[in-house]
Amino acid sequence: MSFLTVITLLLVYQLIGELIVLEWTLPIPGPVIGMLLLLATLLIKKPLAAQMQASTQQILSHLSLLFIPAGVGVMVHLPRLEQEWLAITLALLISTLFGLLITAWIMLLMMKLFKERV
Amino acid sequence: MISHSAIWVYLSASPLFGLTLTLLCYLLAVKIYERGRYNPLLNPVALSIVFIIGILLSADIAYPAYFAGAQFIHFLLGPATVALAIPLYYQLGKLKTVWLPLTVALIIGISMSGISAYYIAQWLGASEQTMLSMIPKSVTAPIAMGISEKTGGLPTLTAVFVVITGVLGAALGTWLLKRFKIEDEAVKGVAMGVTAHGLGTARAFQISPQMGAFAGLAMALAASISAFILPLALAFIRG
Repeated sequence: MSFLTVITLLLVYQLIGELIVLEWTLPIPGPVIGMLLLLATLLIKKPLAAQMQASTQQILSHLSLLFIPAGVGVMVHLPRLEQEWLAITLALLISTLFGLLITAWIMLLMMKLFKERV
Repeated sequence: MISHSAIWVYLSASPLFGLTLTLLCYLLAVKIYERGRYNPLLNPVALSIVFIIGILLSADIAYPAYFAGAQFIHFLLGPATVALAIPLYYQLGKLKTVWLPLTVALIIGISMSGISAYYIAQWLGASEQTMLSMIPKSVTAPIAMGISEKTGGLPTLTAVFVVITGVLGAALGTWLLKRFKIEDEAVKGVAMGVTAHGLGTARAFQISPQMGAFAGLAMALAASISAFILPLALAFIRG
């Protein structure tokens, strides 16, 4: 499947997702609905996944690039950051490290719990 | 003959500038990151952002003028989110064996990241808008911005927090998990994906395909359920 076909298909699913969100005023963003619909389609039409894989891998391998334009937005908030830099830096740093550990520990604990039951 | 200033006026008003600048800075930052042997302090996203802001400030170009071009890259976050269905499909087999521990870890992980940031910010005297904008900071950008808009935060400020969180998680996550002797690849991946979304996932793929797979899975699942969970968590802590 050509890159153009794949990107068109992704946009079609995103569009359907956005329309569903608009229609039912859901609290989920359109692309997530689009992703779930595409996943459902893949389960019904299994060969589609392999056909789409190469192109989607291309897109996903540059995922971090896509965050840059939003990240540059930090310049709009420079006055706020100057005023609250300590609170913001510490809150983001500590909560990120805490989040990593709590997620890992809970998952390990749950895996142990469920293994013992089986 | 066209004067230099006329060329500059054209460039700074053209979308071509923001788009090209973003790609050039990113390619340069990736080169520096590779040369620096993948030192976490040289995170390419953080470097690119610093370069771009430096150039925009010194050339006196406002963010909206830059974004007029950069939005073409930003826009791709939508189709990229839809594209996550493919790795998700390939991991459904693995998912069947760990879905329950993963779901519990996911729900607690996303809520605790947001709530802890909220309380630490409050304790250190941050403004209410800053605190509210932090709640969805571990979720991938487009979704986090949507949640922020609905829960009283500033979507653009949330986007900034999302990127900073992603950079911090990607830069320090693997080191931290090693330090605490967490070795299971699936568990490490889930922790990276839940806490540091796409940037954590990109980092996890560099360590191992399995860790990357689970990070992508966790990020996608977090993206699909956080719009339900985070507003509830916020309502809960605010009584």
